[in-house]
Amino acid sequence: MGRVSSLAQSYRMRLRRRRYRIRAFRKRRELKSVVDRTAAIRPRDILLFSTLRNEKVRLPYFLKYYREMGIDHFLFVDNDSDDGSRDYLADQPDASVWTTARSYKRARFGVDWLNWLQMRHGHGHWTLVVDPDEFFIYPFCDTRPIRALTDWLDASHVRSFGAMLLDMYPKGRLDAQPYVAGEDPLKIACWFDAGNYSIYKNHRYWNLWIQGGPRARTFFADDPYRAPALNKTPLVKWHRHYTYVDSTHMLLPRGLNLTYEQWGGEKASGMLLHTKFLDTFSVKAAEELTRGQHYANSREYKAYAEGLSDDPDLWCKWSEKYINWRQLEILGLMSKGNWA
Amino acid sequence: MSGHVGIVMLVHTAFDRAEQVIRHWNAAGCPVVVHVDRKVKAPVYKAFVAALSDLPDVLFSKRHRCEWGMWGIVAASQTGSEVMLERFPEVRHVYLASGSCMPLRPVQELQDYLARRPRTDFIESATTADVPWTVGGLDFERFTLRFPFSWRKQRVLFDWFVGFQRRYKLRRRIPDGLVPHMGSQWWCLTRQTLSAILQDPDRPVYDRYFRRVWIPDESYFQTLVRLYSQNIESRSLTLSKFDFQGKPHIFYDDHLQLLRRSDCFVARKIWPHADKLYQAFLTDPKHAMKKAEPNPGKIDRIFSKAVERRTRGRAGLYMQSRLPHMGQENGFSCAPYSVFEGFTELFEDFEVWLAKMTGTRVHGHIFAPEGVEFEGRTDTFAGALSANPVLRDYNARMYLTNLIWNTRGERQCFQFGPRDTQFVSWDMAKDPNAQISVITGAWAVPMFLSNRNFADIRQEAAQLQKIESEHLNALRSQWAKARVRIWSMAEFIESPMQGLQTVLDEMGVKTTRRITEAPRMVDLTGFGQFLQNLKNQGMHPYLMGDFLVEPPQHSRPEKVRKPYLVSRK
Repeated sequence: MGRVSSLAQSYRMRLRRRRYRIRAFRKRRELKSVVDRTAAIRPRDILLFSTLRNEKVRLPYFLKYYREMGIDHFLFVDNDSDDGSRDYLADQPDASVWTTARSYKRARFGVDWLNWLQMRHGHGHWTLVVDPDEFFIYPFCDTRPIRALTDWLDASHVRSFGAMLLDMYPKGRLDAQPYVAGEDPLKIACWFDAGNYSIYKNHRYWNLWIQGGPRARTFFADDPYRAPALNKTPLVKWHRHYTYVDSTHMLLPRGLNLTYEQWGGEKASGMLLHTKFLDTFSVKAAEELTRGQHYANSREYKAYAEGLSDDPDLWCKWSEKYINWRQLEILGLMSKGNWA
Repeated sequence: MSGHVGIVMLVHTAFDRAEQVIRHWNAAGCPVVVHVDRKVKAPVYKAFVAALSDLPDVLFSKRHRCEWGMWGIVAASQTGSEVMLERFPEVRHVYLASGSCMPLRPVQELQDYLARRPRTDFIESATTADVPWTVGGLDFERFTLRFPFSWRKQRVLFDWFVGFQRRYKLRRRIPDGLVPHMGSQWWCLTRQTLSAILQDPDRPVYDRYFRRVWIPDESYFQTLVRLYSQNIESRSLTLSKFDFQGKPHIFYDDHLQLLRRSDCFVARKIWPHADKLYQAFLTDPKHAMKKAEPNPGKIDRIFSKAVERRTRGRAGLYMQSRLPHMGQENGFSCAPYSVFEGFTELFEDFEVWLAKMTGTRVHGHIFAPEGVEFEGRTDTFAGALSANPVLRDYNARMYLTNLIWNTRGERQCFQFGPRDTQFVSWDMAKDPNAQISVITGAWAVPMFLSNRNFADIRQEAAQLQKIESEHLNALRSQWAKARVRIWSMAEFIESPMQGLQTVLDEMGVKTTRRITEAPRMVDLTGFGQFLQNLKNQGMHPYLMGDFLVEPPQHSRPEKVRKPYLVSRK
């Protein structure tokens, strides 16, 4: 009986995956190519996919960071920016850019667009999906390029690599220190919550559901169920049959979500340092409130707008100051797992 | 001197690096025979051969298809060795290496070392009973079962066929005279031993047998060498570390200092893009780095720690890549902590007193319904844990494990009671790190002292008594692993000092003297009557133990009190 129902569920998941893939395929028409350099992608290249809107100030450092890490090609979807992001990206020799003015929300928060691009260009490559305010960290990232990690994952027959979102914030008001293009945002937003995370297992998709951190502590304390999910699986050896379900929180087939060990050991994992909380944030929050394009009816942004107007300080006495990945490893936020 | 050591090298990828290493060996006078995996495409192979065509002492042997765990690797080693022995008659030692091996010490040192030991075979060779590192749990069975299916590509068939053979007791006969031995596949054998193995008249028998042994590259030479060698040194000259799946660990640039301290001649596997390593080690002796004091123990530690982390993990840690099933945690929490139930109710300044006596962190009721009572009643605590009760109860188990994890190195004490949310009641009871001391029924004291309507008191008392007795069931159950000590309230106040002393002793507080200063107990005059009143209203408070309605005269003779009236009923 149990076997029958689990087979039925597997089949349901298969149908769902197909539906998302068809959806992504249909949404391809919403994307208009600005500059397509994908012909330059070589077979073993590591690709980065990202959706953005009005992030020009962040882009120079973002590109520098990931180029140094060893990303070979960037694929961007620009959602109707009006700050020059699109032209800036189009000028980058290692980037391909698509643009759309269509609804971010109706593309399931950009997932459909990226699923399409990954289906089209990501097959057989290691693909990293991050937002412009997310900085990927993995064990030994200060001494080994990302190819060392992907080679090791290949050798270990691992297809996906988890990286929890870690909200970074400055001490004091968000607008106290303005962010300048090209600057390391972690110089300003260098604090984080070390140990207040809650983890549940999602039995339907097998992924973990991690919540907590400063956003849960300050904006969602009375409704923690609604607090943003922090679990992410941004690095995947892509196959055209794969699909992201909900941002990069979950994937199908479900086996890709098993980035954690359940028999006591630790698998290797990384971190996404989330530098959303800079002085640019309040402008974004105000804009998103009117656009209503974000998750759960922009609930997050509403909560922020309310929280920010009276006291914008996310910092507390027990906040931890970021040093490097080893610190995060020791704190138990990420793990080297088997990699040494 | 040179030319006495020949290298047989198996290559299947990273040809530029392999070429670099071959040139390095060859420059030091070692002839090299290269075997390239049959799976490598012809143009790539041809380019590789052409690149090395300027070296007369580098030959290529017949190609075999090499798949992990299959016969191909042995066949490759055999043909490579045959070419080596035949074409380079001056070679005395043959060293089997791979394309991702790298000499750590100047080749001259290896040559000298082997020249001083002309009759020694360096090959790790141990009986199956003595090796702990077998993949898939197959140790002796790899010699007695048949393995026609690939473990990597046909796992289902592989497992099924192993089970089938076990079930029907299908066994292979091991050829006469062979005692199965296993060890690292990277060896260094003398011409005498190696040629004896390769030219043995029984070789077809052995080959046929080993063809269906699982992972024969770890056992073929290791077993046969026992037939011929005069002098085996059972260790590999190649440094190679394996992870929990039996896959070799890879060395990167940041291992440079570590590798310098190895006492091995050759290391594998080196990541092909580890430029610094190749630069540092593949130089001529003049530019070689100064020798560092060998410290192979350090390498061992680092890699065995990695295996430990992957298989057992850090106890008491729950994170994005470690979420053990219930019961698989190898420790619910990461460090010992103490839970006190009923103490703050009975003693007025218990928390302050405990902190002073023990030097530990003493919180109030962590699971109080109104909010977390951290020490000093702060809004946040270690790890930025919030005092918000909704946030806490959203995942109370992890709240507790987070608290203990975040304060590693500092013992935590907190209060607990039936008024608190009970989500973690069982978890604490089952946790060997928990030290739980309970004064049952003490929750009635604040009610007794309160100024509330008796009907409300009666109702709440009934509820709390029920909750506490459920909690006590957990503590007394067969699954309880916590160090539990339970007193009834009446029992405890008979000799409170003794009780407190016991608790402190169990916490391992290092005070040689006995407790001099005791916490102040609340005035319990009339408590017996209070309990009697509850009884009279039909609620039987049994957890407190027996209290006389009129307290006995000797209960607190040291205190001088204002005169009071005891009403008799």
